[in-house]
Amino acid sequence: MLAYAIRRLGQSIFVLVLMSFLVFVGVFAIGDPIELLVNPQADELERVRATAALGLDKSFLEQYWVFLKGAASGDLGKSFVYNVPALSLILQKLPATIELAFVAMVVAIALGIPLGLVAGLKPDSFVGRSIMAGSILGFSLPTFWVGLVLIMVFSVNLGWLPSNGRGSTTMVAGIPVSFLTADGLAHIAMPAINLALFKLSLLIRLTRAGTREAVLQDYVKFARAKGLTQRRVIGVHVLKNILIPIVTVIGLELGSVIAFAIVTESIFAWPGTGKLLIDSINQLDRPVIVAYLLVIVTLFIVINFVVDVLYSMLDPRVRLGGAAGAH
Amino acid sequence: MADLPVSPPATLAPVIGPWARFRADFAESRLALFGLALLVVILLIGVLAPVISPQNPYDLAQLDIMDSKLAPGEKSLDGHTYWLGTDDQGRDMLSGIFYGLRISLGVGIASTVFALAIGLAFGLVAAYFGGWVDTLIMRVVDIQLSFPSILIALILLAVLGQGVDKIVIALITVQWAYYARTVRASALVERQKEYIEAARVLALGQARVVFRHLLPNCLPPLIVVATVQVAHAIALEATLSFLGLGLPITEPSLGLLISNGFQYLLSGKYWISFYPGVALLLTIMAINLVADQLRDVLNPRLRR
Repeated sequence: MLAYAIRRLGQSIFVLVLMSFLVFVGVFAIGDPIELLVNPQADELERVRATAALGLDKSFLEQYWVFLKGAASGDLGKSFVYNVPALSLILQKLPATIELAFVAMVVAIALGIPLGLVAGLKPDSFVGRSIMAGSILGFSLPTFWVGLVLIMVFSVNLGWLPSNGRGSTTMVAGIPVSFLTADGLAHIAMPAINLALFKLSLLIRLTRAGTREAVLQDYVKFARAKGLTQRRVIGVHVLKNILIPIVTVIGLELGSVIAFAIVTESIFAWPGTGKLLIDSINQLDRPVIVAYLLVIVTLFIVINFVVDVLYSMLDPRVRLGGAAGAH
Repeated sequence: MADLPVSPPATLAPVIGPWARFRADFAESRLALFGLALLVVILLIGVLAPVISPQNPYDLAQLDIMDSKLAPGEKSLDGHTYWLGTDDQGRDMLSGIFYGLRISLGVGIASTVFALAIGLAFGLVAAYFGGWVDTLIMRVVDIQLSFPSILIALILLAVLGQGVDKIVIALITVQWAYYARTVRASALVERQKEYIEAARVLALGQARVVFRHLLPNCLPPLIVVATVQVAHAIALEATLSFLGLGLPITEPSLGLLISNGFQYLLSGKYWISFYPGVALLLTIMAINLVADQLRDVLNPRLRR
């Protein structure tokens, strides 16, 4: 276990350094940010001064070295546009993204597991078929278009929900959150549902498949023979056994929810890291792009690692690091 | 050869060729046939866009700014009807969607074909040679697949910039790993079988064994993955174009049309975004319906 963790850590650091290098090379090649940052009327002297101030006059390798030295001490450079440390800019936007991802995941779980159970218990009924048809639609619909249709219906036609921003926030342990006020809830409703839709379809399918297999097992027949209520059989015996793969998928999808939040945040102007990334790409704000990537990749590595460890704890048959663990 | 005795075919039971059986199996699902029909229509529209469109939406001489942002069904100044309305430049949305389909389908199919070829080569090499080659290739695949495709594509496009070639490169990079993994998995199973051993005993060249014997038997699962991936590629391209990172405005795909209409959505001019979205949805759904049925038909375990 310890050996596995150490090997995994080594591999993660290698991936991080490799990613940072590739992105640095790429971002370096995009174009000259000076063109966008300096006043077009500025004379040559001013441009040279600005270039030197941002460290852009050094060679590529020198710039990368400076970046690596800074990164090792937690400094990922300063944003060209806002002139504040890129890392703090991202950390400042991160709560909004995490809140959105979290609420979306809660929506997906709260709806997906019950609907999947119903569809799995009565696969040939009208309700079961409708749920499955809905989940196929959820897979086919492109997220961003669903977002547009939501805005069209609920903001433009009905005027019920606001189409952009976070609304009023309350501070919880020094972090602003939206979901505690009515206004904030109204703001987060559409983005969260939009982001949840794909995961909801996925969870319905998973739960349905698991339930269909589980109800045929001997332990379910035995529980029924003991005279347990349907509710207890389903709620305890079936649910407990189908939960392992579901928990894994939820864990793994957490990362992809944060990645897909980029799209949802852009549509609903949700002030999170995804919107920051798109803005930074458009403004050639190199340090922010690189810093965002490193933060996201680190987040991913941590999530994947935690899920792997949790999985081995939930299901003792899975051994980490062996031939089977090399997925 | 001509004077050899030919056994009379009438005495034999009718032989069903693999294609005939495939067609019969596929036609069992009406929903899949509907999907296939829809897909054929969409493909035809894409191919024939320049012929069947009411106007060439990118020929500025044909556009009239007076006709901009007309609602669906309204008539232009010279009297013909815009069935799906016009956008802010006075472009006919129907023609815009036809041309957009052409680009979306082209990008989706081209990137899938290239990614398939690359993934196939790496997957086969990994499975056939094994050892450190296998470990290296599959480690790269694992690392790549542990990140969501949209993130990888987004970063690549941020670096590469806009353009059809750039988005095809990004989509290939995102997709090849799926094929490599699928091919390797089925090649590992096939490699153990006797016909490969027989081919080796015959001392056939390695290239011949891999491409003539191993490859054809790995194809069925690959065809299914490729069909699904075309739909994914089209959706991903649309998403990236919507975010302003995919195609330039001179070559608008469906995603770009939707993005272009987004700013008018809040003032109630829904059609500029809505109808390209419907076209995108129908395309993805048609491909998914066909892919679902292909998966059942090509799965030997479900063969009746």
